[in-house]
Amino acid sequence: MNTEQPLDCNELVELVTDYLDGTLDLHTRARFDEHLLGCDGCANYLQQFRTTVATLGRVSEDAIDPAFRDKLLDAFKNWR
Amino acid sequence: MTGYHLAEMTTTSADEADLIAALRARDEVAFARLVDQHTPAMLRVARGYVASHEVAEEVVQETWIALLKGIDRFEGRSSLRTWLFTVMINIAKTRGLRDRTDADVQIAAYTGGTVDPKRFRDSDDPWPGHWKADEVPSPFPDTPEGSVLGGELLAVTRRELAKLPERQRLVVTMRDVLDMDSAEVSRLLDLSPANQRVLLHRGRAAVRQALENYLKEPV
Repeated sequence: MNTEQPLDCNELVELVTDYLDGTLDLHTRARFDEHLLGCDGCANYLQQFRTTVATLGRVSEDAIDPAFRDKLLDAFKNWR
Repeated sequence: MTGYHLAEMTTTSADEADLIAALRARDEVAFARLVDQHTPAMLRVARGYVASHEVAEEVVQETWIALLKGIDRFEGRSSLRTWLFTVMINIAKTRGLRDRTDADVQIAAYTGGTVDPKRFRDSDDPWPGHWKADEVPSPFPDTPEGSVLGGELLAVTRRELAKLPERQRLVVTMRDVLDMDSAEVSRLLDLSPANQRVLLHRGRAAVRQALENYLKEPV
């Protein structure tokens, strides 16, 4: 299908964030996509990466310490 | 707020315009809502600049006071969150201990891979650079929210995030935990977009590795 240098797995793993951000040039993106078609290991790596990003998105913030919250609301009352 | 590139920031949404109007009317409920919504993330980011949680709280408090003082002149050309983080990071920098002016240079100088090179075949293999047979990644399991394994993976993720070098932690927190976009994070942290992505990639890769290790542990 194409005659150029294919991407190796150890190169692909370094491009995953650029791939997900859509910042690879189209040529490299095509090499990435072609590699995935023939490589279960890298397809799985990409799936792991997507799952990692999704899990990070579920890391919730801790609630604010009530004493600190009161301090901020006091600052508001002083300002008002 | 001269000096901040307000034109580049996302503009204020209609919902936020209502909140700002309420703040101008000195509505305490609106202020409390904003505080609850933004303070945890602000503390998390501020902590990347200063020596202690106490100083981070001071920085966050100073930021809220700056907002109140400026609210009557707030023009809504940026989202409130962008405004808060821009001002806060500037305050935090003045309170910070570390000199980070050559951050971009340091990032560019690092060239190591994010996956253990031993997992790939050597140059004398017919498939150099490809996964070794016993090192091929397996998919992570689907974990519905509320499942036991899902909770465990979330705990592993939180732990690993806390262990990341601070700049990686900041970028991963802003991009993936707080869901900010690449342009906003680059601007807030004064990084080139490419270096912002390098830090994001290294941080994510470290968390991925921790999850893989956890899932491989014999039960």
